[in-house]
Amino acid sequence: MTPLHLCLLISSGLFCIGLAGALARSNTILVLLGIELMLNAANLNFIAFWRFHPGRAPVDGVVFVLFSIAVAAAEAAVGIALIIAIYRHQKNIKLQEANTLKG
Amino acid sequence: MTAALILIGLVMLGSAAAALLRRNLIHSALLLVASWAGVAAFYLWAGAEFVAFAQVLVYVGAISMVVLFAVLLTRQDRVTGFLVETASRSRGISGIIVGACLFAVLSAAVSSSDLPEAAETAPSVSVKVLGLTLMRQHGGTLLVTGVILTVALLGATILAATDTQEGGARTPSAPNSPEDQP
Repeated sequence: MTPLHLCLLISSGLFCIGLAGALARSNTILVLLGIELMLNAANLNFIAFWRFHPGRAPVDGVVFVLFSIAVAAAEAAVGIALIIAIYRHQKNIKLQEANTLKG
Repeated sequence: MTAALILIGLVMLGSAAAALLRRNLIHSALLLVASWAGVAAFYLWAGAEFVAFAQVLVYVGAISMVVLFAVLLTRQDRVTGFLVETASRSRGISGIIVGACLFAVLSAAVSSSDLPEAAETAPSVSVKVLGLTLMRQHGGTLLVTGVILTVALLGATILAATDTQEGGARTPSAPNSPEDQP
């Protein structure tokens, strides 16, 4: 069991907690937070592989995580705006009641 | 060194799990701040200081504030406060089962894979080298990321600030105040 194994186990645990939260909760904000946790788990993997197996280009792992954090910030902003727009239409943010587009 | 990693992992996973189990939304948001701070501590442990500070600035600082604002703006009523009712039992159980099965698969795959022996020291990346790499080799990607951020923030403003029911643009805070609720 090397430290890299431990890092990968921690990040897969974080991913699964985020997935279970996103599937099990019905509050839209909590679902969005679960998705953010899954993104963080992916970033943990990037940093773990960068730390223990740098390869030929030792900057690439860090650069990848920086871009990923930027895109995650944009995703969170759009998600929160969608939640507020849904709340304005139907006065609650429960996922199972946002079904007006259902065929 | 491994003990520090285990401690960081326990704090991170414990606060994330507690956040997604709580009924109070404010508690969930604050526990997730602790979890993101744990992720930043992991980055510091791994020697990626710049990413750790970016994580603190973006997640612990900005996204947590945005989430808290969303919780406050979408409050249901004054009686129940920030409590959310629990999801249906079958939904909760199936979500947890899916998460546990995926964790079993992932941990089996990780622990059975034969990773080569790890490097002892972290690769040192100074901020100067990082900035030069970002601006030279990844300059185009940096521009595209800037465009994505601009478009996303403009789109978020348009989504949250326009009210299609009454046809006019209103400030986002006015229709969400609790006095306007039926």
